[in-house]
Amino acid sequence: MSRTRTERLVNLVICLLSTRRFLTAAQIAATVPGYEHDPDDPRDHDAFQRKFERDKAELRELGVPLETGTASIFDTEPGYRIAHREYALPDIPLEPDEAAAVGIAARLWQHAGLAAAASSGLAKLRAAGVEVDPQATLGVEPVVTVDPAFGPLTGAARNRRAVTFSYRVPEVDDPMTRRLEPWGVVCWRGRWYVVGHDRDRGATRCFRLSRIVGNVRVTGPEHAFTPPSGLDLISHVAERSGPVAHHGRATVTVRPGRAAGLRRWAVESVPGPGGDRLTVPYSDVERLAFTLVGYGADVRVDAPPELREAVIQRLKEVVARHEPMSTAAVAP
Amino acid sequence: MSAAQRASVDRLGRLLNLVPYLLARPGIALAEAAADLGITERQLRDDLELLWVCGLPGYGPGDLIDMAFDGDRVTVTYDAGIDRPLRLTPDEALALVVALRMLAETPGTGTRDAVERALAKIEDAAGDIGDAPVAVRLPANDERLDEIRAAVEGGNAMRIVYYTAARDETTDRVIDPLRVLMVEGRAYLEAWCRRAEATRMFRVDRIDAFTVLDEPAAPPPGLDLHDVTDGVFHPTPDLPLVTLLVGRGGRWITEYYPCEDVRRDGDEWLVTMRVTDLGWAQRLLLGLGPDVTVVGPGELVERIRAQAMTALDQYN
Repeated sequence: MSRTRTERLVNLVICLLSTRRFLTAAQIAATVPGYEHDPDDPRDHDAFQRKFERDKAELRELGVPLETGTASIFDTEPGYRIAHREYALPDIPLEPDEAAAVGIAARLWQHAGLAAAASSGLAKLRAAGVEVDPQATLGVEPVVTVDPAFGPLTGAARNRRAVTFSYRVPEVDDPMTRRLEPWGVVCWRGRWYVVGHDRDRGATRCFRLSRIVGNVRVTGPEHAFTPPSGLDLISHVAERSGPVAHHGRATVTVRPGRAAGLRRWAVESVPGPGGDRLTVPYSDVERLAFTLVGYGADVRVDAPPELREAVIQRLKEVVARHEPMSTAAVAP
Repeated sequence: MSAAQRASVDRLGRLLNLVPYLLARPGIALAEAAADLGITERQLRDDLELLWVCGLPGYGPGDLIDMAFDGDRVTVTYDAGIDRPLRLTPDEALALVVALRMLAETPGTGTRDAVERALAKIEDAAGDIGDAPVAVRLPANDERLDEIRAAVEGGNAMRIVYYTAARDETTDRVIDPLRVLMVEGRAYLEAWCRRAEATRMFRVDRIDAFTVLDEPAAPPPGLDLHDVTDGVFHPTPDLPLVTLLVGRGGRWITEYYPCEDVRRDGDEWLVTMRVTDLGWAQRLLLGLGPDVTVVGPGELVERIRAQAMTALDQYN
């Protein structure tokens, strides 16, 4: 069964590739082995039509560009053909080092669906005559993982269709429904984001893929929007997380041999009687205060005074929250 | 689509690919082709037998796909018009283009130029669909990573000065490198650590210094590499369990650290997570601010309280 079906489909592809005229279903049935039937028997004819529909669907699933049209204005029935130009992979003259890079790239996917797509894509390149060294390595292997929303969002961005999804931000209790015209997907420092026009906010927004709850629903027609020209996807995600300048200088005393993490961050270290005096660069007093509180009694802040006060305040809060028998530690 | 339909589509794709594949490699040995295509020799023979009865309408001897066999070697002598592979599907183009962009962005690969040339050619061949709506930016090209990669490729053991955040200490170790990898935007050196007598994932940004030793790397044979599909840190049941009461402003930790359980109770969340080390947990939790209160274990609560009180004494 399966073998005759595959045989029929290979013959169908060859037949439609070889014809310049559009061939109707009846002409195909009379030509390609496996479609023999009695067109005057309604049941037999129905069975043929179902079979032919399934076969067409299978070719399209595989990506075979099946063209529909009529051979002449007198034809009422649609015909089919495959243009070789549309069917064939164009020539890709890859140098050996380039082919090796493609071979490595195809192995990076940890996501099953994309891994399969990458290896079938690579198989086509090899069928076009590209030789890929399976042993090649680059010295550094990036591990490429994606969130489940990646596939639907890239598909929607490519077809310019709107999407709806449920989005959960930890600070907010319940997920919210968001409606987005997705322009593209960005990998920024190992995390995935989608950038687009938020239909409810009427503004550009980024969403982290890992915060999308459940399925992404693709809605409405294709080509429903046009992303801005000269769009730089990265800039929308990177905007808020650019480099931070550390202009402030704090002085802290650290017990000998302790707080190794803080020592790595310090720009200067001078041994003293009570311990080592470190000079630590910072941008924000509150943030540095939290870091320093983490080191507990291994660190004492000497300057600036506002940092000293912030640390003392935090430490008092910690003690209060962890009082034995304290009600603060018990959920109301 | 059912599994049977999927299998049928897959086989059709393989057959349409096989003709141009063989056309490009006249006289290839069947065993070599089968290995290359990732199928058994038996499957390959079945595929060839099937192709042999396919061809152009008419289906006479001159219309069918033809092959010449010479012992175990095969040459396609007539292709019936399937002289090229099928064009890339949108998913295939996306998978290759995004992976190449990822490679091009990976610091320290040393072959960025080849990757970028390959990327341009694949994008070009894929046409419209090669213009994948996906951008990739990893941390900037890092000199340290480049040096480490070169050292690892040299194949020798290394001595490293490494900062262990879990214990907040910097140690000297001799390691036998296994591989360098990027996971979630961070570079790691996986190696056999002679000090720990185990494989370890060393974060490259925490290797403060290194020297290449005058002896070849000799990791014990048969080591299993870390499975990093789901990230680098996989909590194991033997690690201490910590329970926290987390306010709204501290909920971000549930995204940042793997948690065992998150129970929502109004504004307060009851979060349990496993930690490698109570000392690390103490530093982390002391520094998390007013939105996090440690509920258990009692030992950790007491340590945090005692630590904070001793620290306060320094200011009196």
